[in-house]
Amino acid sequence: MLKRQHMPIFVTVALFAFIFIAGSFRYTGFFSAQVLLNLFIDNAFLLIVAIGMTFVIVSGGIDLSVGSVIALTTMISATLLQDGWSPAAVIPLVLILGSAFGAGMGAIIHYFKIQPFIVTLAGMFLARGLCYVISTNTITIDNAFYTSMAQTKLTLPGGSFVSISVLIALLVFGAAFYMAHYTRFGRNTYALGGNEQSAVLMGLPVARTKIGVYMFSGFCSALAGVVFTFYMLSGYGLHAIGMELDAIAAVVIGGTLLTGGFGYVAGTLFGVLIQGVIQTIISFEGTLSSWWTRIVIGLLLFLFIVLQKLFSGRQLLQKHRA
Amino acid sequence: MKHHLFWPVTVLALLLLFNLLYDPSFFSIKLREGQLYGSLIDILNFGAPLILVSIGMTLVIATKGIDLSVGSIVAIAGAMACLTISKGADQNSIGLVATAILMSLALSLALGLWNGLLVAGVGIQPIIATLILMVAGRGIAQLITSGQIITVTSDNYEYIGAGSLFTLPFSIFIVAVMFAAASLLTRKTAIGLFIESVGNKPVASRLAGIRSRAVMIAVYLFCGLCAGIAGLILSSNVSSADGNNAGLWYELDAILAVVIGGTSLNGGRFYLAGTVIGALIIQTLTTTIYTIGVPPEITLVVKAFVVLVVCLIQSESFRKTLMRRWRTRRYPAEKELTRHA
Repeated sequence: MLKRQHMPIFVTVALFAFIFIAGSFRYTGFFSAQVLLNLFIDNAFLLIVAIGMTFVIVSGGIDLSVGSVIALTTMISATLLQDGWSPAAVIPLVLILGSAFGAGMGAIIHYFKIQPFIVTLAGMFLARGLCYVISTNTITIDNAFYTSMAQTKLTLPGGSFVSISVLIALLVFGAAFYMAHYTRFGRNTYALGGNEQSAVLMGLPVARTKIGVYMFSGFCSALAGVVFTFYMLSGYGLHAIGMELDAIAAVVIGGTLLTGGFGYVAGTLFGVLIQGVIQTIISFEGTLSSWWTRIVIGLLLFLFIVLQKLFSGRQLLQKHRA
Repeated sequence: MKHHLFWPVTVLALLLLFNLLYDPSFFSIKLREGQLYGSLIDILNFGAPLILVSIGMTLVIATKGIDLSVGSIVAIAGAMACLTISKGADQNSIGLVATAILMSLALSLALGLWNGLLVAGVGIQPIIATLILMVAGRGIAQLITSGQIITVTSDNYEYIGAGSLFTLPFSIFIVAVMFAAASLLTRKTAIGLFIESVGNKPVASRLAGIRSRAVMIAVYLFCGLCAGIAGLILSSNVSSADGNNAGLWYELDAILAVVIGGTSLNGGRFYLAGTVIGALIIQTLTTTIYTIGVPPEITLVVKAFVVLVVCLIQSESFRKTLMRRWRTRRYPAEKELTRHA
């Protein structure tokens, strides 16, 4: 029933369920639909970024620029709105800019064969620097559309509610799930991450796929930036610092192999939820300080990476011996 | 082709020349109260921690690895030293300062060992193995400082980062000693060859009788130590430890310095002198941006372009594309020839 390749994602889901149940036993008021939904509300942007990151990591690369692109998106949106632009023009514009930014990095990575790590690092510096070029201060947003997006609560049966950002995140999730498992682009991404040389020899469109993957990640970052703008109602160059690490951690905890070629979008969802639930527990505990989040996430990263090593290592070892 | 230091030195010289043209007093060095002052001295002094971290990073990158955790180690080392000193009765006593230094260096070595064991022992990709400590390390540093900024009042501790010896900042001497040690160890003994060999092909080196694992663990240990000393210099310079911000983005600057210095991220060869010049370029760039009055925030944009240009120059396919363009423009006939051949 349980296939071997589903093992990592099973561990992730089980871990999430375990933490959530443990939290419910320990704290009164923890076990409610609203606490669960709050995980989505507070991490909608992280989920969107992490989904883009999943594709990049499955293709065997990495994208360090996502946090900065979010900050740049909030900044551009805030400035343009201040200048009286309509949200109907601003949102498509930032999405296109984000995609173009990602595609540019992808093109440099592919055509000039420079490591993704360095190229996206440059992208990270560039996007963060451009924020400061626009302004070093916080720009608040009082646009009616943005405030309504921030405040609208969609009530679900049972009295609990979600924000519109959650809907956007779930839509992205659905689209990404379909893309990864039921389209050519998705299969090509897996093939590319499994072995690039084989992918080339098989005649797969490697250039298109690679650039497409980074473009998708750029698009997701920009969309996450839009959602983040709804959440914060401001543009600021220091927004989302270190978000790339959170996103990578979510992807790894979700069971995606950092060497590429293996992983699930659904795992990433639970990776994000695990990070969220840890934060919730730490805030429920009250006496624990916020930095414990980082330490626990570091520990989880370690645990999952060693686990991955055990899973994939044994197969590799057998291949070597043979 | 050319000497490997050609490009880094040219860039540094151009930067300095630009500064000289912009402000003719840039090179002037004054002697005041037995200490030398001047922009050049400042660059060396403020650049000291970055040079140290970059030296450690060079050796790690030479083994085809990378150490993302150096920024966190910088923060942890500073936090540990300041905590030990702040707990003491007499903050100025030499014994206490020595204990603090030893403890934080031991901790840095332990963290380096952890990275080394994950990479060489467990066999995890370096970028991921060190990511763990990068994420958790900031938390650990804040745990040590309890989320506060610990300030110490200890002249002896302050000496490491702000004192002067023979009219020069003391930190410059620390860097010089570490650089000399690293150069001698890698160029006058076989260790350098081992490191390059492991970076080229770990399995082949092991079959050739080199203990690849030991070499890899050693470079991560050394990198941890360098980051630890850098943390001491940084925290002693301001007499305080900030778990959140100390050494922030150091890993990226250090990698950048190494790459600018001509060391390839693919491992297998390294240039310590190039790295030092790379780190100096970054520091000079920062100083330049301050002196010409451009908002310091622009540094990031400039850095982005520097990374990109340096990587493009190093990229073989980029050079080929350029060459092809250049050739076809010059000799259109050749293009025809190859097409018919």
